[in-house]
Amino acid sequence: MDPFFETRALTMRYGAAEVLSSVSLSFPRAEMVSLTGPNGAGKSTLLGIMAHLRRGFSGECLFRGKPVSSWARAEFARRVAFVPQALRIDFPFTAEQVVLMGRTPYAGGLFETPQDWTAVERALLLTDTAAFRHRDFRSLSGGERQRVVLASALAQDPEALLLDEPTSFLDLEHQLSIYRLLRRLVDDQHILVIAVTHDLNLAATFSHRVLALKHGRLLADAAPCDALSAQRIREIFAVDAEWVHRADGRPWITFSS
Amino acid sequence: MTIAAVTPARTLRVLLFAAAVLLLVLCLAPLAGPSPLDLRKAWSGQWPDAQVYFAVRWPRTLLAALAGGALASAGVLFQALLRDALATPFTLGVSSGASLGAVLAIVLGWQSAAGLPALWVASFAGAALVLALVLSISADGRRLSSFTLLLSGVTINAIVMSVIMLLHSTATVSQSFAIVHWLMGGIEPLPYSALAALAAIILPTSLALCALARHWNLLSVGEEWAASRGASPNRLLLVGYLAGSLLTASVTAVTGPIGFVGLLVPHALRLRLGGDHRLLLPASFLFGAAFLVVCDTAARSLFAVEIPVSVLTALVGGPFFIALLKGKRKSLWL
Repeated sequence: MDPFFETRALTMRYGAAEVLSSVSLSFPRAEMVSLTGPNGAGKSTLLGIMAHLRRGFSGECLFRGKPVSSWARAEFARRVAFVPQALRIDFPFTAEQVVLMGRTPYAGGLFETPQDWTAVERALLLTDTAAFRHRDFRSLSGGERQRVVLASALAQDPEALLLDEPTSFLDLEHQLSIYRLLRRLVDDQHILVIAVTHDLNLAATFSHRVLALKHGRLLADAAPCDALSAQRIREIFAVDAEWVHRADGRPWITFSS
Repeated sequence: MTIAAVTPARTLRVLLFAAAVLLLVLCLAPLAGPSPLDLRKAWSGQWPDAQVYFAVRWPRTLLAALAGGALASAGVLFQALLRDALATPFTLGVSSGASLGAVLAIVLGWQSAAGLPALWVASFAGAALVLALVLSISADGRRLSSFTLLLSGVTINAIVMSVIMLLHSTATVSQSFAIVHWLMGGIEPLPYSALAALAAIILPTSLALCALARHWNLLSVGEEWAASRGASPNRLLLVGYLAGSLLTASVTAVTGPIGFVGLLVPHALRLRLGGDHRLLLPASFLFGAAFLVVCDTAARSLFAVEIPVSVLTALVGGPFFIALLKGKRKSLWL
């Protein structure tokens, strides 16, 4: 089968500023990929292009061998789900209704089918959001909202999941549980997961592969211990880092202050 | 706060209730009025009761229902498209365009065009012109965003309003009276043929909008949200803007601008029913229709002189809405 995603010399300009310069990547396998880099490195732009949300780039971005722009939107949405950084809703929708919206690409009629409800129940369960399913989305905390939005993406039943900082508002427990869940989706259901993150330890712990962007250029594309070596971290983030080994033998990245 | 889920059973229940309320209001409204009416005489065709009942009050009631339903639906739609709680059917300038057309017709003394009253034709043309203008300004190639749509609509609205004021300032006293009368809006009896034509525009458009309800849900959350769930935000915005404008323009051409229905009914119902357009949109049509019929009936029968219906929509609706808001505030995060 064609790889999930493939980008060839992907370049994007906003006016004179080049936010992505000639990024070529391939995602042939279902794996957990962390996308990191300093602010303004082009992470969200790259994710937005892959999610068929941004146009105006040069180069190619293919999904399953076909340019993302030539996919019909509904068909694409049944295969690729996108989780935005933060979602603001101005109108009274319940958490459950937000999750149900993930079933729109499958919609044949005005109301949900039993299959739709099965997918929604599963998504609520996986993200631990069933308890507040009938509450107004606007009344939820930032972390609860983030989990509901993830549930909505999971309800799309995608083969690839693109997340823009999925854990930025989450408490420690839920950060870990979301990353465990993402990893489980990769391992059990063979979904490709690409998540933007600033937490290098989460990236190192859960990813198969780490990508690092800086000034729109791809600086690293490797397994975590190579992509996040002390020297690379200095190049990418201009910060001195050190790998230490915890009592359980797993590596941990510390930063000198 | 918890909101009940929108299931087919709940939708049916709420809509049947709303339809029953509307039916009741429709049957009662023609009985009320400044002069007493004998229903038996009316049905046996005796003058003047039959005339008053069938040729004046029923057409007027039906027009109020159509106008209320259309304005409330357009309000729901524009609030979703622009993701702006304060949006009304008039926010994007459709009604000021209609007003400009009507004011021009008054100032230039046009009487009729193509066999229709010149006021209707001119105001519909004015609305269409503003619509085209707003679209041409806000569209960037094939792209359309709700933000640029809102900005260009509000700007055109302001420009057109000032042209209306300019025309008004040059008008004679009798023209000036006609202009003010039109700008206040009002429901007047129409021939049944005109009512049928209006219904032929409003009912299919409203039904088509209901059929797209799940997409309005997506768009009311956001354009990226809609795009990543299989909808095309550009196309939806265009379709919604055209359909909402068609509803608003066809009503406004006949009644003049009637405010508040398109703001109040959608919000009152959102408080009770939640934001899901599968329920909100049809319920707004039915309750909006009932609301305007009640207001218009009160406007023509409460006092010896008829008062403008726009006055009543705000005077009756405003306090009711404030009470609703007060009651729900704690749970609504307002």
